[in-house]
Amino acid sequence: MLLSITTTRRPASDLSYLLHKHPEKVQQVEIAAGAVHIFYPEVSEERCTISLLLDIDPIGLVRRNSGPGGTNEFALEQYVNDRPYVSSSFMSAAIVKAFSTAMNGRCKDRPELVNEPMPLEVEIAVLPVRGGEEVLRQLFEPLGYKVGFERHPIDEAFPEWGESRYYTVRLSNTTTVQQLLSHLYILIPVCDNDKHYWVGQQEIGKLLEKGKDWLPGHPARELITLRYLKHQKSLANQALEMLLQAEGESSEEDTKERKLRTHDLRLLAVRDELLLTGAHTVADLGCGEGKLVKLLWAEKQFERILGMDVSFRSLEIAKDKLKTDRLPPHQQKRIQFIQGSLTYRDTRIEGFEAAALVEVIEHLDEPRLAALEKVVFKYARPGAVIITTPNAEYNALFEDHEEGRMRHSDHRFEWTRQEFETWGRQVAETHNYSVSFKALGEEAPEVGALSQMAIFITKDTSYVKR
Amino acid sequence: MSNDRQINVPELSLVVLIGASSSGKSSFARRHFKSTEIVSSDACRAMVSDDENSLAASGDAFDLARVIASKRLKNGLLTVIDATNVQENVRKDWIKLAREHHVLPVAIVINLSEKICAQRHATRTDRDFGKHVIPMQISQLKRSLRRLKLEGFRHIFELRTPEEVEAVTGIGRQPLYNNKREEKGPFDIIGDVHGCYDELTALLRQLGYEDSSGLWRHPEGRKPVFVGDLVDRGPDTPGVLRTVMSLVDAGLGWCVPGNHDVKLLKWLNGKNVQPTHGLQQSIEQLQAETPGFRESVKTFLDGLISHYVFDGGNLVVAHAGLREEMQGRGSGAVREFCLYGETTGETDEFDLPVRYNWAAEYKGKAQVVYGHTPVPEAQWLNRTIDIDTGCVFGGKLTALRYPERELVSVPAARVYCEPARPLHYQVQTQLSLQQQHDDVLDIADIMGRQIVETMHGHRITVREENAMAALEVMSRWAINPKWLIYLPPTMSPAETSKLEDYLEYPKEAFDYYRGVGVDKVVCEEKHMGSRAVIIVARDADVIERVFGIVNEGIGVVYTRTGRAFFQEEPMEQAFLQRLNNALEGSGFYRKFQTDWVCLDTELMPWSAKAQSLLVTQYGATGTAATHALEAVMARLQQAASRPADITPLLERFGTKPHLVSSFVQAYRRYCWPVKDLEGYKLAPFHILATEGKTWLDQDHEWHMENIRDLCAADTGLLLATPYKVIHLDEEDSLQQATDWWLGLTAAGGEGMVVKPYTFIHTNKRGLVQPAIKIRGKEYLRIIYGPEYTSPENMSRLKSRGLSGKRSLALREFALGIEGLQRFINREPLRRIHECVFAVLALESEPLDPRL
Repeated sequence: MLLSITTTRRPASDLSYLLHKHPEKVQQVEIAAGAVHIFYPEVSEERCTISLLLDIDPIGLVRRNSGPGGTNEFALEQYVNDRPYVSSSFMSAAIVKAFSTAMNGRCKDRPELVNEPMPLEVEIAVLPVRGGEEVLRQLFEPLGYKVGFERHPIDEAFPEWGESRYYTVRLSNTTTVQQLLSHLYILIPVCDNDKHYWVGQQEIGKLLEKGKDWLPGHPARELITLRYLKHQKSLANQALEMLLQAEGESSEEDTKERKLRTHDLRLLAVRDELLLTGAHTVADLGCGEGKLVKLLWAEKQFERILGMDVSFRSLEIAKDKLKTDRLPPHQQKRIQFIQGSLTYRDTRIEGFEAAALVEVIEHLDEPRLAALEKVVFKYARPGAVIITTPNAEYNALFEDHEEGRMRHSDHRFEWTRQEFETWGRQVAETHNYSVSFKALGEEAPEVGALSQMAIFITKDTSYVKR
Repeated sequence: MSNDRQINVPELSLVVLIGASSSGKSSFARRHFKSTEIVSSDACRAMVSDDENSLAASGDAFDLARVIASKRLKNGLLTVIDATNVQENVRKDWIKLAREHHVLPVAIVINLSEKICAQRHATRTDRDFGKHVIPMQISQLKRSLRRLKLEGFRHIFELRTPEEVEAVTGIGRQPLYNNKREEKGPFDIIGDVHGCYDELTALLRQLGYEDSSGLWRHPEGRKPVFVGDLVDRGPDTPGVLRTVMSLVDAGLGWCVPGNHDVKLLKWLNGKNVQPTHGLQQSIEQLQAETPGFRESVKTFLDGLISHYVFDGGNLVVAHAGLREEMQGRGSGAVREFCLYGETTGETDEFDLPVRYNWAAEYKGKAQVVYGHTPVPEAQWLNRTIDIDTGCVFGGKLTALRYPERELVSVPAARVYCEPARPLHYQVQTQLSLQQQHDDVLDIADIMGRQIVETMHGHRITVREENAMAALEVMSRWAINPKWLIYLPPTMSPAETSKLEDYLEYPKEAFDYYRGVGVDKVVCEEKHMGSRAVIIVARDADVIERVFGIVNEGIGVVYTRTGRAFFQEEPMEQAFLQRLNNALEGSGFYRKFQTDWVCLDTELMPWSAKAQSLLVTQYGATGTAATHALEAVMARLQQAASRPADITPLLERFGTKPHLVSSFVQAYRRYCWPVKDLEGYKLAPFHILATEGKTWLDQDHEWHMENIRDLCAADTGLLLATPYKVIHLDEEDSLQQATDWWLGLTAAGGEGMVVKPYTFIHTNKRGLVQPAIKIRGKEYLRIIYGPEYTSPENMSRLKSRGLSGKRSLALREFALGIEGLQRFINREPLRRIHECVFAVLALESEPLDPRL
């Protein structure tokens, strides 16, 4: 909401020349979300402070964002909203608007000041920092700032609610005003880890231009790039590539040797297991964005592949990735995506020779597993069923492991190998399947592998396949 | 003219017109049938080829005609095929279609001379084909005439001259024999008697019938309906026949045939039948009767109709039950099904045919009452009920009273016949047949566009995309669907106030209710917590019996989206046990003659459920604003001593810290720590249902009073909601309510809810809003932000549309009470879930969440 910049370089009032703002006036510029007031709280020989005060219209934020075109995800859909009171990408917009000349390194009256490092102090009230003190230091200290801050509790009346992510931040450094502004311009929204507008290709240009002098050598450049580009990996990779080229380094080696992710390895293992069952028709129940379906698609053995998920959005992504609507007709028949749920009986998933539930069951509340069990084993009755789920014992090996904490916020339970096997045996017994268990991933002593897999094979004699 | 005649056809039939080109079929059809009833081959040809005469298009045109006819017949609509139909293979297809839909095929032949057809053809310019065509068609027609009956046409009408065609004055539509829709009952439907005369008379007597010289009459005019299998196995088949025949002949009762009755008829007709399965007894007993009696039995059995559709289509009686698509239809297949049911082709370990469980798949609207398969107890399953309780095998003879749906039975005096399979062979569980069947719901019942019929005439449409959203919510978050018998509706606020300082004010709510014809309302204090629906029973056995839920405790507390309120089950059960104690202690269970209750409540504190929202949104905004404004004010004050005029900014920002602190005060009021059960407060406001009953017919004052009595039993946990009854035509009364609201909200209260005095209030246009909320000025900061009261914000916020919210509230209310009623009526779970799922789906409609 408020950004104040102070210099103690004598005569301090020179700051007004550098920033092109008259010290005896209260000025105002407009940004999309409201107004920016510019004023000088103090001007003397020794100290001069200029403040940017955001005057954001909270009703306008919501109303502008509703209606056709959908809502922005920048927490703008709520009237109860921190945005009017914090320094975020709105502040970056204000900096550019208010100090464009200074940011471009021009000063008509005192051109010699532009490149002169001077003692500067910054006060930001308040700054949301995702990642807390550590991130704050990581971002500003390599640029020579002394970082001071005060972290605010969520509500002092409820100490048990803990600390908020809001800080009143004080920075001091000896640098040029132009540098200082470019640091703030980029790092404020990086702290906030969000942006009020759609981030696209042109955002890379802004980052490279404003950060050209300091970003390539910044140890946290990857974090900055990723957050600045709103975690869009492809954009961030492009930007990093360009940054490092400028620096004469190369990231090629790094990308080549990028290890296969654990999840991909898990899917490969499931694919191999499905191949072994000899099945020709297979259903991926809880297919998500279709990664396993894509793997199965490459295998001639599978004549019919069904991907089912409860999330329509995931299915849209899956169809998009596999471009199913552009496949030739016989391929379209081979792959099908449907929205469905494992807590409802569904004739569309009946009659498959094999089915896979990869990291699915732990997303259901344990009492609802009984329904899933019936839907899959009593009604759909695939010839073979492969179920994988995390192995809770392995959690002990995680660096930040806390007792009882799940790997994912949506996991309703995580089972030990013993628990999974007990459940699996009971299911097999009830529904006339045989079952075997395997570790998924590299096994560690005592705790086993990251994930575990159960392979159920029907004992129905009427089942002819295999 | 004396030749005038009316042609009578069954009301649901497939009428196949047969005649050469230019014989006048189309004009005949147009004269006697609705245009929508006529499927014309020429029109279909034109639709698929732009050319009525295109021979190349005939195949496609026929396919199209068949599809249209098929859809119509499926929907139970008479259909006329306007085509030459002179070839046998073409007619065969129509016969096949009629059979597929169990409707009767009717042939109307227009058999005019070649000369007349040729003359007419010559005057036509729209038919361009060779001279040989008409003579060929006529010769094909002549050859066909004799074969029509053999082909399967049940009614054949032939018109030989233009005069005869002209003389047809109309087409009469005959109801099918099975159509007794106008018979509304009340009925007593009686299961398989099998010659158990003593038990039959005992049952009739118990049902209140009186014997007047062999004719059993009910003083209230009730009529017995027999599901068949009157004969065989038992000791007195003639006695049973005599009783039933006299009732049916006198028009005092009804009877459908069973397989045993039909087999006996075959014997009476001199056919060669095996005297097995108890037929021998019937033969022996009948041989002791007069030939005249045997003759009358023959006539009686021969006249029995396969099944009946009663009471406007709400009740179907057939011996072995009947699928929905066969009800009210006539075909050989329908008769077979009625008599023998459906078997899988396999036999069980007792060598009896394994019956296909058609009832498990039944989704029809009509209740189907049947017999045929002996069961230990008559139990409803998907609106069907088998009332053959094996009297002749030593079970009992059962009657179903309709529409009361009460079962009345008398035990068999003895075992007259040893059953091949013991009557109690199936392993008994506490769960009812319906509960066992409702094990898992089927996705087909909820996906796609759905229309839910509710009481009070509201048909509610659920759009496909909303169902898709609801599926995800329901699957990922909701509890066991057997618990979910009700989801509460959303609540609309009052119209926006015209007062400058208020967004909401009581006046508008009172005006609304006065406007829709309500004269008395109940105002209840609105508690700021979380809406919670609670089901609690005396013990887990009750839950198993009533809800069919095993091992999930003595009840549940769930949110308005069907999620468990408590994360930890032990905590939930401890909470419910405490409520259970209060219900016991206050005498609630005794007073309401129940072992369980479903309550609509508000559970406080808000912070117990909304903790993450409080931390990430309310607390966060509060602390960010407080500290940012602190810095802003410091800087502005510092600048005030400088020459630049800072006054406008000081004024503008000077009011904000106060607004923010009011906002923080507002949400803090609804937060307090809970430790174990201590700290929770529960304010029930509706007693939704107890054993066998919903309480939506009671007014809100009744609910408030009964809840107050309950709350007195545990004032630590339970909170009786303060309320006032207000007369909308009394100024004093209104003022009193307004003052009360001002008092509540000035102290920071959320506000109040205004409800019509009766729970369900309807006027000419249907339901009125079940409740309207009027939220306090300070409370609304939590909704519209700390600074909403500043004039520039208030003026903009005042423009808000309520119609979407209002419509949603009504639809959700209708669905909520419908689901509850269906649960009480013991309908299948899918029928209850349909309502609950629809509420959840409607909730995904985009609406301003602040209303």
